[in-house]
Amino acid sequence: MAEALLKVFRGNKDGGQSVEFKVPVAPGMVVLDALHYIQGHLAPDLAVRWNCKAGKCGSCSAEVNGRPRLTCKTRMDSLPQNEPITVIPLKTFPVIKDLVTDVSWNYKVNKKIPPFTPKPGASWKFYQDDVDRVQEFRKCIECFLCQNVCHVLRDHDKYDQFGGPRFFVRVAGLDMHPMDGVSRTKLLKNDLGIGLCNITKCCTEVCPEDIHITDNAIIPLKERVVDEFYDPVLWIVREIRGARET
Amino acid sequence: MSDRFETHEHDVLVVGAGGAGLRAAIEALGQGASVGVVSKSLLGKAHTVMAEGGIAAAMANVDSADGWKPHFRDTMRGGKMLNNWRMAQLHAQEAPERVKELEQWGALFDRTEDGRILQRAFGGHTFRRLCHVGDRTGLEMIRTLQDRGVHMGFDVYMECTIVRLLTDGERCAGALAYWRETGRFVVFKAKSVVMATGGIGKAWPITSNSWEYTGDGMALAYEAGAELMDMEFVQFHPTGMVWPPGVQGILVTEAVRGEGGILRNKNGERFMERYDPKRMELSTRDVVARSIYTEVKEGRGTEHGGAYLDISHKPAEYVKKKLPSMYHQFKELADVDITKGAMEVGPTLHYMMGGIRVEAETAQSSLPGLFAAGEAAAGLHGANRLGGNSLSDLLVFGRRAGLAAAQHAKETPAPNLDEGQITSGESEALSAFQRQGGENPYAVHRDLQKVMQNLVGIFRIREDMEKALVELAKLKERAAHTSIEGSRMFNPGWHMSIELKSMLTVSEAVTRSALMREESRGAHSRIDFPELSPEWGTKNSIIWRDGSAMGLRQDKLAEMPAELKQVLAEDK
Repeated sequence: MAEALLKVFRGNKDGGQSVEFKVPVAPGMVVLDALHYIQGHLAPDLAVRWNCKAGKCGSCSAEVNGRPRLTCKTRMDSLPQNEPITVIPLKTFPVIKDLVTDVSWNYKVNKKIPPFTPKPGASWKFYQDDVDRVQEFRKCIECFLCQNVCHVLRDHDKYDQFGGPRFFVRVAGLDMHPMDGVSRTKLLKNDLGIGLCNITKCCTEVCPEDIHITDNAIIPLKERVVDEFYDPVLWIVREIRGARET
Repeated sequence: MSDRFETHEHDVLVVGAGGAGLRAAIEALGQGASVGVVSKSLLGKAHTVMAEGGIAAAMANVDSADGWKPHFRDTMRGGKMLNNWRMAQLHAQEAPERVKELEQWGALFDRTEDGRILQRAFGGHTFRRLCHVGDRTGLEMIRTLQDRGVHMGFDVYMECTIVRLLTDGERCAGALAYWRETGRFVVFKAKSVVMATGGIGKAWPITSNSWEYTGDGMALAYEAGAELMDMEFVQFHPTGMVWPPGVQGILVTEAVRGEGGILRNKNGERFMERYDPKRMELSTRDVVARSIYTEVKEGRGTEHGGAYLDISHKPAEYVKKKLPSMYHQFKELADVDITKGAMEVGPTLHYMMGGIRVEAETAQSSLPGLFAAGEAAAGLHGANRLGGNSLSDLLVFGRRAGLAAAQHAKETPAPNLDEGQITSGESEALSAFQRQGGENPYAVHRDLQKVMQNLVGIFRIREDMEKALVELAKLKERAAHTSIEGSRMFNPGWHMSIELKSMLTVSEAVTRSALMREESRGAHSRIDFPELSPEWGTKNSIIWRDGSAMGLRQDKLAEMPAELKQVLAEDK
C-alpha cells in the first residue's frame, strides 16, 4: 500500500513544531482520514476538530500545504504525490492545541447582529424567486475559512473594528430575507467595519460552499451603506428634514 | 460545595445543542427559566446539520388531502405499531405548528408556486409531506434555532462533555462535566436536566453519524437509574456511499429517491419490484436496506458491494438545484457526476429508534427531573423511523421537554449535590491517566465496531448475539485497562476512553434487547425468527441498571383508545 508523509503542527499557544507521520493511503482517502489514522495508531492525543466528515458542519478547517481547506474534503490524491503534506492550524485564530484554534471571537461578533425580525403584518406568502438569492447565503457552514484568509483579520488584526466575510454573509442572509423588517446598515458601517474590505475576493476563493461572498453579499451591502450614509442627495434631504424635525 | 470545582447553577440544564436541545432551551427560556446548554462540540455543529431531506409535517400545502390522521397512520405503520401511540399522535398534530414557528423565526424553506412552504415525497409517507431547503434542511433548522436561542439569552457551554449525572435521592440534580479544551472539571447544579444527546452510531464502523454519536445521553441516564426502551431498533439507512473506502457510510439522502431516483442491481434490474412492488424505491427504510443487502449477498451487487442509485434521467439543472450537496459530494469525493451516471450505495447505520424511556406529554424519563428528547428518547418511531420524522420529532418533543422541564423547575426546590458522587466521577474519568502501558483506547473502539458490525448488524441470529455478549465483556475489560498519552488539554485519546464506556453500555443494551426479541419487526430482523409475532407486537423491551448488571424485561404497550384505532382502520 502507498504511503504518505504528513508534517503536522503539534504545539499550543506558546509555540510548537511540525511532526512527521507516515500514513498508509487508501483510494479516495481525504486528509482528515490521515489525521484520524494518526490519532488511532500513532498519536492519540493529536487535537483535531471534526464532526460530520461529510463537508456539512465546517469543523475540520486547517491549512493544508499552505491552503485553507476543509480536511474532510481534501483528497490525498489531489495533492502533489511524493511530497510531504503539511497541515497547520488556521493562522488567523489563536492556537489552543495542535490543529485546534480558538474561534470564540466569531461567536461574539455573531451576537452583535440583530436577529431575524419579521415585518409587522408579514403575510408569510413569498416565492422561490424571492428566496433564491438569500438561500445562497444560508448555505454557510461556518468553517471560518473566509475569516482565516481575510487580510483585514489575518494580517491587520482588526478584530475590534471588523466583522469579517462570514458575518457579512450572515447579515446578507437576514437583510435580504423577504420577511425581515430591520436594517443592519448602521451596524455594517460602524461595528462590522464593512468599509475596511477592499474586495480582494480571497474569501470567495476559499469558500467550500461556493458562496459568491464578495459579489453577492459584500458588494450589495457596501452599496446599501453608501446609499444610506454617503449619498449626497439623500444627505441634503436628511439634513433639511432633520433640521425641521428638531 | 467544594471550591475545587467551577460550579454553574440553572433551572434547566440542556445536554446537547442539536435541534431537540436548542428547541427545548428556547421553550424553557420562554417560560422564564434560567437555561444552560452544554455541548460536546462548537455551537452549530451538531448532528442536526447533516439532516438533508426535510421535516415531515402535514401542512397539506402540496397534497390537500393530507392531515394529522394520515401522518399518524404512516408513522404507526412505518414503526410496525410498536410506537407510543400518544407520541405519534402529538407529533402528527403539532408538527405543522412547529414548522410555521420555525419559518417565523427566519427559516427559509423552498416555496410552492403559490408562495407557501414546498413539500416533497419521502419513503413511507402517503402524501408529499417533507418541508425542505434543497438537501440541507437540518442546517437551516440549526442556524434558525441557534440564532433565536442566542438572542433570547441562554448560556452555552461549548466543547464541554458530561461524564456523570448527579442525583439527589430519587431525582436528577445536575451533572459533572469537563472542558475539552483544558480538561478541567465543572459541576452543573440544575432542577431539571434535558438529555438531547442524539444517537449511538459510532459503535458501528459504517455509519452516517458523527464522532459525537457515542450514546452518552442514554448511558448517563442508565447509570443514573433511568430506564431505556426498545434498544434493539437500530436503523440502517439504505443509501450510504460505498466507494471509495474513505467515504464509506456517508449519507446519500433519501431525497434522491424522493425526487425520482431509481435503484438497480448490477444486472440492471429494478429490484425493488421484488421486495415492495407497490411503494418501490419509496418503501420504508428497513425494507429498502434489507433489499439492497440481500441483492449484494446473493451476488447481484455492484463492483464495490452496493446497488446503483440513478437520478441521471432527470434534467441536470433540476438535480443540481434540488440535490446540490449530493451533486458536490459525489463529484468531489467519488469522481461521479450524478447528473450523468449512477451512484453506488449501500446500507449505513443511521438512527437509533430506541433510547431513554419517556412519558409522551412531558418527555420526562423514569428518573424525576430527567427529561429526554430527539434521538436520545424512545417511543415515537417504534420499530422503524420514517424519513423526515426525525426533524419534526426534534421540534415537537424538544419543545415539550423544555416546557415540562421549566415547569418541573418551578415546582421543585433546588437539589442538594453529593460531593461523593462528584469526586468518584472525577476519579473514574481520570483513571486512564493513572495506568501505564495500557492499550490505546482507539484500538478498543475499532474492535468494538467490528463486533457490532459483524454480530449485531442488519440481520441477526442468536449465536452471533451470544458471541457478541462474550466479546463485549472482553472489550469492557480492555477498556478498563487503556492508558493515555499526553496531558488533559484537548486530548482526543482521553475523550475516547470516556466515550468508549458509553458505547459499550449502549452496545450491550442493543445486543441484549435484540437477543430477547424473538421476532422480526421493522429494523430488527432475526434470521432465526423471520416473522412478525403478534405477541411480541404488544411488548416494549425495557433495560435498566440492576446493581452492576443490566436488567431486562418486557412491558406491555398501553391500550390504544378507540378513536385512534378508528384512524388506523381508515385506509386513506
